[in-house]
Amino acid sequence: MAPEAMTTEPRKDTEDLAPAVNRELAGLDALELTVRSRRNPIARLWSAAWPVLAAVGIALALWQLVVLSGWKESWVLPGPADVLPELWNSVTSGSFWGAVGLTMQRAVIGFAVSVLVGTVLGLAVSRFGVLRRAFGSLITGLQTMPSIAWFPLAILLFQLSESAILFVVVLGAAPSIANGLIAGVDYLPPILLRAGKVMGLRGLSQYRHLILPASLPAFVAGLKQGWAFAWRSLMAGELLVQIGTTSSVGRLLSDSRELSDTAAMISVMLVILVIGIVIDQLFGLADRTLRNRWGLNAAD
Amino acid sequence: MTPAPDSVAAAGTGSRHTGRGLRLDGVSKAFGSGATALLALDNVSLNVAPGEFVCLLGASGCGKSTLLNLVADLDRPSAGAIDVGGARVALMFQEPALFPWLTVTGNIELALRMRGVPRQERRQRAAQLLASVHLGGFERRRPHQLSGGMRQRVALARALALTVDDADASRGTVLLMDEPFGALDAMTRDLLHDEIERIWRERDLTVLFVTHNVREAVRLGDRVVLLSSRPGRVVEEFPVTLDRPRRIDSTEVATLSAAITDRLREEVSRHGA
Repeated sequence: MAPEAMTTEPRKDTEDLAPAVNRELAGLDALELTVRSRRNPIARLWSAAWPVLAAVGIALALWQLVVLSGWKESWVLPGPADVLPELWNSVTSGSFWGAVGLTMQRAVIGFAVSVLVGTVLGLAVSRFGVLRRAFGSLITGLQTMPSIAWFPLAILLFQLSESAILFVVVLGAAPSIANGLIAGVDYLPPILLRAGKVMGLRGLSQYRHLILPASLPAFVAGLKQGWAFAWRSLMAGELLVQIGTTSSVGRLLSDSRELSDTAAMISVMLVILVIGIVIDQLFGLADRTLRNRWGLNAAD
Repeated sequence: MTPAPDSVAAAGTGSRHTGRGLRLDGVSKAFGSGATALLALDNVSLNVAPGEFVCLLGASGCGKSTLLNLVADLDRPSAGAIDVGGARVALMFQEPALFPWLTVTGNIELALRMRGVPRQERRQRAAQLLASVHLGGFERRRPHQLSGGMRQRVALARALALTVDDADASRGTVLLMDEPFGALDAMTRDLLHDEIERIWRERDLTVLFVTHNVREAVRLGDRVVLLSSRPGRVVEEFPVTLDRPRRIDSTEVATLSAAITDRLREEVSRHGA
């Protein structure tokens, strides 16, 4: 008898029981489901935005106070009143966006290669005990190594080229991504593994349907950290490795320093900061969405 | 310690049932080896007739979960033989162990997929299975959006999905349950007792149900098998001949439970000596 062909008709001796059970179950289900009130989206946006705006305001005010105190000459430390118009001039010029474009292109390529390398590395290390014993602590060690320390070697190996920058970006980001994946596989709840085995998940199907999806939150956390390392390494790289006449964000920073144009220099720093924050927020959003869907949030 | 009497199960209940039931023959399981080996199960023999509902009862350390793992083929016995008679075996745990990245229907569909059900049929079959545990309309929810009792019913539907066999419908189905209602509140548990009893009858399942709750065992089982602890051995069997449906708070259930509890306590107190 195929189970799905089962009739839902109860047998005689449970017949009088079934409707009452159904009602009771439905009642319990209704009582136990949490009712969540939805907040107005504008109110939600505002509650997220005002602390950020306040923090920016306070930072600008402190900066202005330091400038007003006369601690440094205004050409050494210009105030927001000098820097912000400079920033506006930059972002409205085409050459600025060309520089940002090149930097972002490097960031995207570097990060993509890091994801690839980190994922393959993480999978291999989490899968094979001997690889873990061999490379596990090395990966963590690489993660703590300041990426700028790689540049002398990178420049020797690749000269002043895109490859030198890519090399260091990947070395900076891939270990974090690999570690995230390894942590995800390691902390896979044993009960899910058991449930998977009962279902017949083995080998490749176990990876595809259980291990990889289960390690997703830790993987995303690793991506987020990997991005931070990639961005730092890239900025160090663009300051040290300048290729021909190409213009990048790092190049803008180093050029403005050489011209002693402090206002332009600080405005580039602000750009670096903002790009870093925006991308980090995107990872944060992915992380939160994932946690909400899985019910991993404490508030849920 | 007296040697455990080999349990010989009640005879089959007729030919209307599919499958050949479940037979454990002198099954032992030791973990580790040499002097430090831990004997979890010692020479356990048990027959479960097709369509029978058997409750395994025992205190901590009686190797209940080990026994179910062996029957589910998640682990191999150190000695003895296990024969499920070609039946499909599904195992349900105390935790629902649903995959949080899948919806309710996704969890069921994955089980169906692993059983080789074609893609276009999975959605509909999952809906049928969910309806059979009274969860129609909750397909698109995520496990964390459901209550504990509802999650456990999804887990039951998933276990049932694993027993789908289109090629050979005459193969029986053995459902192993490892304290499946242990983490639920009493009211939900009572309702799920009614549910599992109904599904057991409708689907003609052979059930091996592990619990440490004596009344639950008497409420559900055709037979209650008492296991000793460290190592697990079959101590005694209690046939339950009370009419169904039973109530867990009825006098008859309470009386038999008291007798079994006395025997269980006797067994446990031997470990304190």
